[in-house]
Amino acid sequence: MSTRLARGGRLIDRTKPLNFTFNGRRMQGYRGDTLASALLGADQMLLGRSFKYHRPRGLVASGAEEPNALVGLGEGSRFEPNQRVTTTELFEGASAASQNHWPSLEFDVGAINNTFGRFLPGGFYYKTFMFPRFAWKHLFEPVIRRSAGLGKVPQDRDADRYEYAYGFADLVIVGGGIAGLAAALQAGKEGKRVLLIEQTAQWGGRAPVDGVEIDGKPADEWVKKTVEALGKMANVTLRLRTMASGLYDHGYLLAYERIADHTPGDGRPRHRLWRIRAGHVVTATGAIERPLSFAGNDIPGVMLAGAVRDYVVNWAVSPGDRTVVVTNNDDAYRTALALADAGLIVVAVIDARTSVKGALPDAVRAKGIRVLEGRGIAKVKGSKRVTGVSVCTQAGEGGEIEAITCDAVAMSGGWSPVVHLWSHCGGKLIWDDARAMFRPDAAKPPTGDQGEAMVTAVGSANGALTADEVLADVASQIGGKAAKTNTVAEAPLEPVWIMPQGAGPQLKMKMWLDYQNDVKVSDVQLAAREGYHSVEHTKRYTTLGMATDQGKLSNINGLAVLSDALSQAIPQTGTTTFRPPYTPISMGAIAGEARGDIFQPLRKTPMDEWHGANGAYFEPVGLWRRTYCYQRPGESVHDAVNREIVNARSKVGMLDASTLGKLIVKGSDAGRFLDMLYTGVMSTLPVGKCRYGLMCNENGFLSDDGVVVRLSEDTWLCHTTSGGADRIHGWMEDWLQCEWWDWKVYTANVTEEYAQIAVAGPNARKVLEKLGGMDVSAEGLPAMEWREGLLGGLRARIYRISFSGELSYEIAVPASEGLALWKALIAAGEEFGVMPYGTEAMHIMRAEKGFIMIGDETDGTVIPQDLNLNWAISKKKADYLGKRAQERSHMASPDRWKLVGLETLDGSVLPDGVYAVADGVNANGQRNVQGRVTSTYYSPTLKKGIAMGLVKHGPDRMGEVIDFPADGGKVIKARIVDQVFYDKEGAKQNV
Amino acid sequence: MSEAVSALNGKSSSGFATVSEAGLQGMITLRGDLKSAKLKKAVKAATGVDVPAQRRIAIKGDKGAGWMSPDELLILVPYADARATVEALTKALDGEHHLVADVSDARAMFRVKGAKADQVLMKLCPVDIATLADGELRRTRAAQVAAALWKSETDEFTLVSFRSVAGYVFGALELSARPGSEIC
Repeated sequence: MSTRLARGGRLIDRTKPLNFTFNGRRMQGYRGDTLASALLGADQMLLGRSFKYHRPRGLVASGAEEPNALVGLGEGSRFEPNQRVTTTELFEGASAASQNHWPSLEFDVGAINNTFGRFLPGGFYYKTFMFPRFAWKHLFEPVIRRSAGLGKVPQDRDADRYEYAYGFADLVIVGGGIAGLAAALQAGKEGKRVLLIEQTAQWGGRAPVDGVEIDGKPADEWVKKTVEALGKMANVTLRLRTMASGLYDHGYLLAYERIADHTPGDGRPRHRLWRIRAGHVVTATGAIERPLSFAGNDIPGVMLAGAVRDYVVNWAVSPGDRTVVVTNNDDAYRTALALADAGLIVVAVIDARTSVKGALPDAVRAKGIRVLEGRGIAKVKGSKRVTGVSVCTQAGEGGEIEAITCDAVAMSGGWSPVVHLWSHCGGKLIWDDARAMFRPDAAKPPTGDQGEAMVTAVGSANGALTADEVLADVASQIGGKAAKTNTVAEAPLEPVWIMPQGAGPQLKMKMWLDYQNDVKVSDVQLAAREGYHSVEHTKRYTTLGMATDQGKLSNINGLAVLSDALSQAIPQTGTTTFRPPYTPISMGAIAGEARGDIFQPLRKTPMDEWHGANGAYFEPVGLWRRTYCYQRPGESVHDAVNREIVNARSKVGMLDASTLGKLIVKGSDAGRFLDMLYTGVMSTLPVGKCRYGLMCNENGFLSDDGVVVRLSEDTWLCHTTSGGADRIHGWMEDWLQCEWWDWKVYTANVTEEYAQIAVAGPNARKVLEKLGGMDVSAEGLPAMEWREGLLGGLRARIYRISFSGELSYEIAVPASEGLALWKALIAAGEEFGVMPYGTEAMHIMRAEKGFIMIGDETDGTVIPQDLNLNWAISKKKADYLGKRAQERSHMASPDRWKLVGLETLDGSVLPDGVYAVADGVNANGQRNVQGRVTSTYYSPTLKKGIAMGLVKHGPDRMGEVIDFPADGGKVIKARIVDQVFYDKEGAKQNV
Repeated sequence: MSEAVSALNGKSSSGFATVSEAGLQGMITLRGDLKSAKLKKAVKAATGVDVPAQRRIAIKGDKGAGWMSPDELLILVPYADARATVEALTKALDGEHHLVADVSDARAMFRVKGAKADQVLMKLCPVDIATLADGELRRTRAAQVAAALWKSETDEFTLVSFRSVAGYVFGALELSARPGSEIC
């Protein structure tokens, strides 16, 4: 039985009971409990089933390193799987459920894997699922999917909110134990801007539990006094419940603040992800105790010695009435003392060392507790709960020399510094043989942009194990004078990687290294025998350290076993790579504020709201939201598009073209600059006129197009595609800043300054004339010219340009007046039958006219010559971007696919992107092709399918019929025709 | 003119800090040689302030000038004065290589006000707000979009973004200022 003790518990408040449930059972704990201590206090030792063998599992640890005790926490919109009970603060109404069992925690069918464990060795998956291939899909995967996996996926939308915050500090100290506090106090006194973060809800770390006294007083008092002093320093910020998750280049530290995990639904954000620029980082992250590898070391009731001490001292929880302590070091004797002080029975301390002397063992012996020297545990007895241990000699093979009845085992295999942050960004480790640990190599720290050390590891994180060593380490590395402590001398530990050292296969296949992924000593040894010499390969082959705890308990033991199997020293084997995050962080914290309406920026034109209120069916164009068509009640999208086209062609339509890129290019070299950027000549464009232009990249490929406008002697306005505005502005600045830096040219992106509206259709002029104020007659504003003035009282610039083939005006006004102009046009156009049209109608109308569209007819491999746009390419100019490339043999080849129109023989619409086949097959046995469709639509104007495509020798093959195989073996026959389907002579727009 | 409306028409919300769209604001991009005497004189005449030093902004009354890049200034004037100021600057800089563009309608301006206004920006902008000096202009980002900001008064920051994303920026500011999310 684990139980709550009548007295003690430095972290709990017995006057504040909290109710919670586990698997639906009502339980009670206290404020200050973790879910782990509350469960243990309520005698809930069995907390889950293991991943592979479904073995019963209970708590092993008391902190972030816990491998077993993961639960599904919360319900509905606040449910989250895989929550570690040791790092979950208890709160009123918490509901937890165990994971990975079927049908119930107490009785689990999957545990049969355990019986057949010898058939599931390391690498089982790789060996089994390679052959036969069909078995994976039909046999193994369905079965494994049901039995494997830990938590359930949440089904509801997350009710909580999350956010980021950006932090800055000269010094970020990670870890609020005595090392971190002492370091913060010193740095604070030096006036540094200090941020001290601690992952738990308490300051002080292990020292108060371990009975440390500082300056003659209990550690708790020193901690309280120090925190108070730090709180008074304006240059020091303290942050509890904040875990340093990862350290990246140049002191970029990610920290995870759990603001409201313990107060769900109180209106605060649940988590905050801190993105911190640290001048320097001090890791005072402490150390993690290692398990010992003896048979049955995963049976509930076997726990780390330090954790047993934590539960007794911090939360007044006894893991059992009769405890056996098994160790290879002096520190575990503190657990025996803590248990004895709490009035519990320590049956024996089993020490692997043959001769045990020193203050701590003597104190234990003085309490009448047996100390068995040179002994080990041959195996633990029990299944869902420890019932006893079988004692053997550590030097032997596991023959029982004594059986001890007990209900808990406290084990300690020594301590490993938490070196994760140190290692994330390249800090190296050295193997300390005397302490049997990897610790930071001060000579090879992670470095900053100047090559300087970016991190200093202090205290236990640096390998210091006693309070004296810890404070001396802080004093020597950070500064100040170390306070005096009550540290007593401890004898060295004796590395023990397998207990007993001569254990045979039967025992080794029950010695757990990685609890969460069910990796045993026998698995690692098998991997070594099968040729896995690299620790990284062994990790992946056996899955050692790959679970959600990332091997915090198992890695060192695992690589020690591997080293032994390979007969090499531990440093030769090395460690696996430490990667962020230190412990898992929530997806919500990673998303931060980016969800719902602000998941991503949505660019809106000034008329966006009007569109939304008038049936707009939106489509994304880059980050812009544009109207695809305006649906009327009961109307399909297709019908709406057709109606808009027919109306624009017969009466008049309006398009919100505000998203069009608008770049001002000004200066005495602006003309010369544009002549380099465009294939055509822009320098000769007279003021007041417009010219269509093409831009290519230096490889000759068509990159963007648009109408260029000459505003004044030294100023041009370049229209780009909606998606190309920022890219082309960047392209211009790139050339101006990096290549032609001495040219006198300035650019400005004024895309958003103007709302732009296209008014197109036979009645377009009438609408503008009704608004009044400007001469828009055929003579007053001829095609490809522009005028400025007051249109209906609004400051407007009107361009007589047409992308639809109709009489068309594009009107630009300041964006703030865009909605006013839109509404004025709708009102003025009413009597002329005006209707707004969307982007799809715009696309179809341009296709009817045979106009190309960047992104349809171009895909980054198409040059203007492919599109028969030679008329827009100057032959006189000495150079332009792309010219040289377009003269290369392949680009100039007559065999390139060229633009043509395509008309199906049956009037149907060709599928988009479909290829035209040619005779024969290529080297890969695939059918040869001779062209492909680039744009294809149903034309409501012509009442049939129309398409454009690139076809080999296309323009020379007018009238020829080619085959387009479509889905289902169907072949669509289409005739090669002129790409201009509508009003070839331009009579409609030249009126 | 009377029909001009800013991107969010002065929308505002109150959390632990007040977030409001500042309405129409005259803004002009001026590119040129910031060291030229002619430009210095033109800026002074248009705004009443000197050409600001690197990363600085100078404001006097309802006009000002901010340093945007080694050859670019942001000129602030009342919205109604923007067009006239563009013309005045253009005229004053005649004969010298420069570019003046009215961008009043291309942008949106926000004010974040309150004793904890800095915390709102801390959540969205990778800027060390605590060390942001008076009169310092920072070009940065607000969550996923470009922004510029400065401390416009005690406990008040002004932030400028592009107009098309005004709704997004307001949403991000409003969320970041919600009660309960104070950074304590």
